[in-house]
Amino acid sequence: MADIIRIENLTFEYPSTEEAGSKKALENINLNIEQGTFTAIIGKNGSGKSTLAKNLNGLLLPSGGRILVKEWDTADDEHIWDIRQTAGMVFQNPDNQLISSIVEDDVAFGPENLGIEPSEIRRRVDSALEAVNMSKFSKKAPHLLSGGQKQRIAIAGVVAMRPECIIFDEPTAMLDPKGREEIMTIIKQLNKEGITAVLITHFMDEAVLADRVVIINEGSILLDGTPEYVFAQEDILKSANMDLPLAVEMSNRLRRRGIDIPKGIVTVEEMVEFICQYK
Amino acid sequence: MIRDITLGQYYAAESVVHRVDPRVKIIATLLFIAELFIVDDFKGFILCGGAMALAVAASKVPLGFIMRGLKPILFILMFTFVLNIFMIDGHILVKLWFIKITKEGLLTAAFMAIRLILLIIGSSLLTFTTKPIILTDGIEKLLAPLKAFKVPTHEIAMMMSIALRFIPTLIEETDKIMKAQQARGADFESGNIMQRAKALIPILVPLFISAFQIAQDLAMAMEARCYRGGTGRTRMHAMKLMRRDYFVAIGLVLLLGLVILERIYL
Repeated sequence: MADIIRIENLTFEYPSTEEAGSKKALENINLNIEQGTFTAIIGKNGSGKSTLAKNLNGLLLPSGGRILVKEWDTADDEHIWDIRQTAGMVFQNPDNQLISSIVEDDVAFGPENLGIEPSEIRRRVDSALEAVNMSKFSKKAPHLLSGGQKQRIAIAGVVAMRPECIIFDEPTAMLDPKGREEIMTIIKQLNKEGITAVLITHFMDEAVLADRVVIINEGSILLDGTPEYVFAQEDILKSANMDLPLAVEMSNRLRRRGIDIPKGIVTVEEMVEFICQYK
Repeated sequence: MIRDITLGQYYAAESVVHRVDPRVKIIATLLFIAELFIVDDFKGFILCGGAMALAVAASKVPLGFIMRGLKPILFILMFTFVLNIFMIDGHILVKLWFIKITKEGLLTAAFMAIRLILLIIGSSLLTFTTKPIILTDGIEKLLAPLKAFKVPTHEIAMMMSIALRFIPTLIEETDKIMKAQQARGADFESGNIMQRAKALIPILVPLFISAFQIAQDLAMAMEARCYRGGTGRTRMHAMKLMRRDYFVAIGLVLLLGLVILERIYL
């Protein structure tokens, strides 16, 4: 399938401040996101992963190189709204991205900005709330919901704009384990329905659910490939001070103790299945 | 709990009055206030009071709830009442040393008190039966003609609704900051006014910082969701006048006519 996002030699530099001087947050990144895929971008704090996310829909503009969303350049003012409608974005803090004090009005915010007919907005809002399993909360006030529920509303707000791609910028960082699981289930579900998902995260165990894992370290790409490939590169990951996903770490340790575990076990489910069949 | 605060004084119920278009309700309330000032005798208040009672009954807001709304103005009510009784000259009923109560004073006092009570109940019925956010939408629509004079009506309404949305968030934030400071030995409850005011500074500074952080995040989220001001924007709840809205409007205009006739002829 075609690439929905193409990043060509992206360099990004934050404006220099007197104390810090200018620092390149991203340097020479080349990355293409194929339509319909689920890509996880992982990095530690300060690795530049959030900066990369905000470059993808023109919230930040590249200092060098360019980014194409479909055929539009993010630096091109004329298509900025097409870009943002195509590539929706969910942010980290569930509180700071909800605009209205009624859930369904918040979900309607995006479609309203696109100038869609009221009856069509209604349909989209209902189906978006359905998609994140929050229909019965449609008249509630967001501040009475849990973090996970608020984040689901934020996702619904993006889904209602009918994007082809959703960029999730650390959507689970402020949630409890239950909320985190809910969000991951929804991301997987949306991806299955055909939406390209780009998940920015620092949780390795979320990244293993993706089709493709890109590791960012100090502003450049360290590793890029399937989860099986990336997480097999133990030495590279350890030298960049990164953890391995639970299942990978466990199989490595078991292997060292002489248990014959095949390569390519990255998720907890695969691990459970292997252990159950182990004789 | 701090998260359960209700904003304004909205009373949730399913009633005709709740469903009336906010624009109609705002204009009706203004009209009603005007009518109260047209009235110049007690007979006129029977008309206004009757209409009021009808609206209150239809709104399903309990009487106790409405009476509680009068509490804050009780002092003003008493003050004007007493002032009127003693300050107006006329036919003397009771005389004690230099204090005298006149018939005219008593009547004016009662008249003013009734006017004030009706005024307060009338205007609070609007806020009892309309959610702040819907009220904001109504105000935006009513102010729309001012756009011709370059008044940023959409922006004003958007600011109001965002402020409403973030009041609970900021209260929670304040609570968090206060607890964090109390855990480190801050004392907000003792000392004189100056000392207490000073103790608030360490709360206000972080609160302002987090408010700016929220504003920045929110602005980015709004931009990511294609917000570009009011032009070209549609609304999911298109406000449409229903038959009940016309009834309310006709009722209020009828009342206006009656009140004027009453003033001229009775």
